[in-house]
Amino acid sequence: MIETDILIIGAGPTGLFAVFEAGLLKLKCHLIDALPQPGGQCSEIYPKKPIYDIPGFPEVLAGDLVANLMEQIKSFQPGFTLGERAETIEKLADGTFIVTTSKGTKHHAPVVAIAGGLGSFEPRKPLLENITKFEDNGIAYIIKDPEVYRDKRVVIAGGGDSALDWSIFLTDVAKEVTLVHRRNEFRGALDSVEKVQYLKNKGKINLITPAEIVGLVGGEHLKSVQVKRTNEDEVTTLDVDHFIPLFGLSPKLGPIADWGLEIEKNAIKVDNTLDYQTNIPGVYAIGDVNTYPGKLKLILCGFHEATLMCQSAFKRIFPDKKYVMKYTTVGGVEGFDGSKKEAPKAVVKAIN
Amino acid sequence: MSDIKIKITDRQGVVHEVDAPTDMNMNLMEVVRSYELAPEGTIGICGGMAMCASCQCYVTSDHQLAEMSDDEDAMLAEAFNVETNSRLGCQIHMTEDLDGLEVALAPEV
Repeated sequence: MIETDILIIGAGPTGLFAVFEAGLLKLKCHLIDALPQPGGQCSEIYPKKPIYDIPGFPEVLAGDLVANLMEQIKSFQPGFTLGERAETIEKLADGTFIVTTSKGTKHHAPVVAIAGGLGSFEPRKPLLENITKFEDNGIAYIIKDPEVYRDKRVVIAGGGDSALDWSIFLTDVAKEVTLVHRRNEFRGALDSVEKVQYLKNKGKINLITPAEIVGLVGGEHLKSVQVKRTNEDEVTTLDVDHFIPLFGLSPKLGPIADWGLEIEKNAIKVDNTLDYQTNIPGVYAIGDVNTYPGKLKLILCGFHEATLMCQSAFKRIFPDKKYVMKYTTVGGVEGFDGSKKEAPKAVVKAIN
Repeated sequence: MSDIKIKITDRQGVVHEVDAPTDMNMNLMEVVRSYELAPEGTIGICGGMAMCASCQCYVTSDHQLAEMSDDEDAMLAEAFNVETNSRLGCQIHMTEDLDGLEVALAPEV
């Protein structure tokens, strides 16, 4: 069981900054995210794109913003459960919560802050009949263990980096690698595109473009896929052991929608007059995942919401403790790792 | 600059004739959101970077649209339910020559 003060669901910019504000109040944080790396959309969708409305940064790349936030919170030693989706929440008799992930990891905290953005990123599944039936029976959207594909016949669909990179990687593992894409052009790193071209020329990758997988055949397990070349009516059958559609990720609110929270417009309703608490006391929602009159889905608004949430969380955890907000310039930043950052003291010395 | 009229068929098949401003730097995805013709969270997920295809639409009038950028072209190559008249709404900027444009939103995926 992972124990913490504030359990943050979602490691995007809002969740990361909450760690800093909590740290100033000596509250420890742990973050859960379905993605394998922190940063949320900033890392997953647009790491190389500039943002122009972070106060104090005339221009910052989304990826750099995440790197800066990670640096800023480092001394507060946040814990991370990455690559796991928060599935269930349970309120204990003492008012604390247990949140369990898709892999069964349990987290215990007096305060839960949902900073889930647009939800957890789920693979985009092609619209094929029977596709769910073959999931884990020949179809996977994420490659967890490449050894599964050793000496097997694998077909990959997609035109982005992951389709290219996995096709390249699996040529050393699988018996047969086929890559199917709707276009002749691929959107990926130049290196990867050239490598696939090279492997295709060497006969290591069977490239079928422009084409699409239009059907799945099999009993219990997938036996073959039906491939249709664009501009041709004929459908050919390709015998395979595994089909890996790699069409990117799209965010879904997911299990959080069933936590008994008040949902409006695919977002969680919160009290914006006070502390961004949800209808469940002790559960807060901050950043893009929440909604209230006048809500703006901006990173800078998420930072503000995270700050007020931490103040409220402190009062909830320590109802009797006296506290006043202190400027970092005055109080400095004392990390949990023993480090201390503070403004240099002025020197009082006579000039003779 | 003046408003233009656009006919948008939502995902339920209901046709909406809306006024779209041409002087607010808006794109079609934003017009759809401003009139709430699709629920929040189901359109414009990436914010208009041609990176998610949640604003895919079918252009049914014969307006001459600006050519596709490589980003839009590549995104549509990976999207679902793509037709020959598919475009990403976020890449269609509201200009006066689009008066009378007719589009239908692609299904939510």
